[in-house]
Amino acid sequence: MRHFVWERYWSVVKKEVIQIKRDRPSLAIALVMPLMLLFLFGYAVNTDVNDIQMAVWNQSPSAASRELVDQFVNTRVFEVAAHVSSYKEIEAMLDDGSVNVALIIGPDYTRKRDRNEPVDVQMLINGSDPNIARTATSQAQLIVQHQAITLQEMKLQKQGLGELEQPLGLDTRVLFNPNMESIVFNIPGLIGLIMQNVTMILTAFSLVREKERGTMEQLIVTPIRPLELMLGKITPYVGVGLFSFCLVLLVGTYWFGVPIKGSISLLVTLSVLFLVTTLLLGIFISTVAKTQLQAMQMAFAFILPSVLLSGFMFPRDSMPLVIQWLGGLVPLTYFLEILRGIFLKGVDIDALWKDVVGMSSFCLLILTVAILRFRKKIE
Amino acid sequence: MNTAIQCEQLTKRFGDRVAVNSLTLTVPRGSIYGFLGPNGSGKSTTIRMLCGLLTPTTGKGTVLGFDVMSQSEEIKQRIGYMSQKFSLYEDLTVEENLDFYAGVYRLGAGERKERKAELIEMAGLTGREKQLAGSLSGGWKQRLALSCALLHKPELLILDEPTAGVDPVSRRIFWDVIHELARQGITVLVTTHYMDEAQTCDWIGFIFFGNLLAEGTPQELIDRMGVGNLEDVFIDLVRQEEARQAAGEGVR
Ligand SMILES: Nc1ncnc2c1ncn2[C@@H]1O[C@H](COP(=O)(O)OP(=O)(O)OP(=O)(O)O)[C@@H](O)[C@H]1O
Ligand SMILES: [Mg+2]
Repeated sequence: MRHFVWERYWSVVKKEVIQIKRDRPSLAIALVMPLMLLFLFGYAVNTDVNDIQMAVWNQSPSAASRELVDQFVNTRVFEVAAHVSSYKEIEAMLDDGSVNVALIIGPDYTRKRDRNEPVDVQMLINGSDPNIARTATSQAQLIVQHQAITLQEMKLQKQGLGELEQPLGLDTRVLFNPNMESIVFNIPGLIGLIMQNVTMILTAFSLVREKERGTMEQLIVTPIRPLELMLGKITPYVGVGLFSFCLVLLVGTYWFGVPIKGSISLLVTLSVLFLVTTLLLGIFISTVAKTQLQAMQMAFAFILPSVLLSGFMFPRDSMPLVIQWLGGLVPLTYFLEILRGIFLKGVDIDALWKDVVGMSSFCLLILTVAILRFRKKIE
Repeated sequence: MNTAIQCEQLTKRFGDRVAVNSLTLTVPRGSIYGFLGPNGSGKSTTIRMLCGLLTPTTGKGTVLGFDVMSQSEEIKQRIGYMSQKFSLYEDLTVEENLDFYAGVYRLGAGERKERKAELIEMAGLTGREKQLAGSLSGGWKQRLALSCALLHKPELLILDEPTAGVDPVSRRIFWDVIHELARQGITVLVTTHYMDEAQTCDWIGFIFFGNLLAEGTPQELIDRMGVGNLEDVFIDLVRQEEARQAAGEGVR
């Protein structure tokens, strides 16, 4: 293969810039779509479980039983949606989904408490959403245990034995995202996912459009080389993508309040690498697809695995090894590590070099495959 | 060497369909070669093989001394091509299209300016430099396409139905340009369905169902068929071939 000719590359860049500028609707979509998606998903993808709707059947109203209910509400994990007075009502509400849990305090609660006898309360949980069910179970357990210990302490004090000393304690301190808000974890991932999808689609159309319009025929009877054409085509989109990335970054930090702990310049540099990778992925799709519709379908076919395998939805560590390897074929995997590392932990390149190497290798691989796929023929 | 294009037994199949069947033809340098034939006879397919857009299924061919199978990039540097369908960028202006191809053919700044001025003048596009190519009418589009194909001073010009759907005045201008280029020593291979245009070619090749049926100067063909003009040559050749094929099928 002969060497790369800058003049030819530059002609393609200039031509693409003019075409992008004239195609206002597409440009607007490229710039505005990421913002819209971030707003939309920023609110939708919230895995924190708060305000689980709870029905309360208090068959033994008293200060003591009301105190227990208050303990539930005070955690803000549960919210009392209704007071009921039969299992029938509870069943109906669980069925129609107006509540997810029901707390049942038996008729002998107050009496047994007064006598310091052990007593159980019952909780019915809708298990169809395991995330909610798990949170409800563990939180309810904690609340009741905590209340039990308090009661035990009071009892011991009354008997004059003084404070109850716990023989074993756990002192946890959460680093990086101290309030464990899922939005802080999700926003960086969302930024990566959105940028991947939008930029991939931008270039997925570019070669196919030339094929469909017939302009490719004229282009391939010139001495232009595939590499010059492809790099020329993605260059202007790196600019568009970077601009859009910065907008999304601003919304992420100022609107959703997710601060960037690490170096912004490192983040931007690595984002350029990521944008180049996803744009090349789009070009690759463009070399395979025959029509713009096909290109669109292929791009969408890539989005699902990248959501599932990259660690965006589920932690990669808990995946089977083979699936983890497959995740290595998705550039988003590396970028998520980079984004979360820089956003949440404030790490620098020392901690990220493996991901940078992974992403660069993927970038070169996809470029090579695209060049091998691209034939200067019209068959 | 005085042949611009030489091909032997050039064949192209699309699946079962034979689009070009063992075509052997020679185009002498500096001549205008008119490539005639009914719709679907294989003219565009032949041209695309010569330009390196399609790979021949079998056969040999050289263009300007370079092999069509293995040296298509060398060929591309030296030829100008106008496809049957307008294939410049409709969302770029006349000047932007010229600039783009000037860059792709690596014209230096000075040469680019000079060539652009020359070609805009030659094509009569003066005053339309800032107009979007998509908004030009048919004849103007074809002249712009010709200008783009000539930017890098090709030795061989391959034109696929350059005057289809073009008004008589524009056609005349177009052919004046073609003859002028031939005088400058450029070889031209051109397809057309207009017999008045074919009449002015130096050589004519007649292709039907992918087979080259006749080749010669326009006058030779007219004399050989014993008819009055090229149009009758065309019609007689088609009738003869159809009758021959029908007879062949009847025997089978
Ligand atoms: N890419 C292709 N795939 C399959 N068949 C094709 C392809 N290109 C051309 N053909 C077929 O090959 C035959 C020759 O087509 P070609 O375009 O070369 O004809 P032509 O002489 O240029 O006709 P026209 O005067 O209409 O331009 C036709 O039957 C056409 O349908
Ligand atoms: Mg044709």
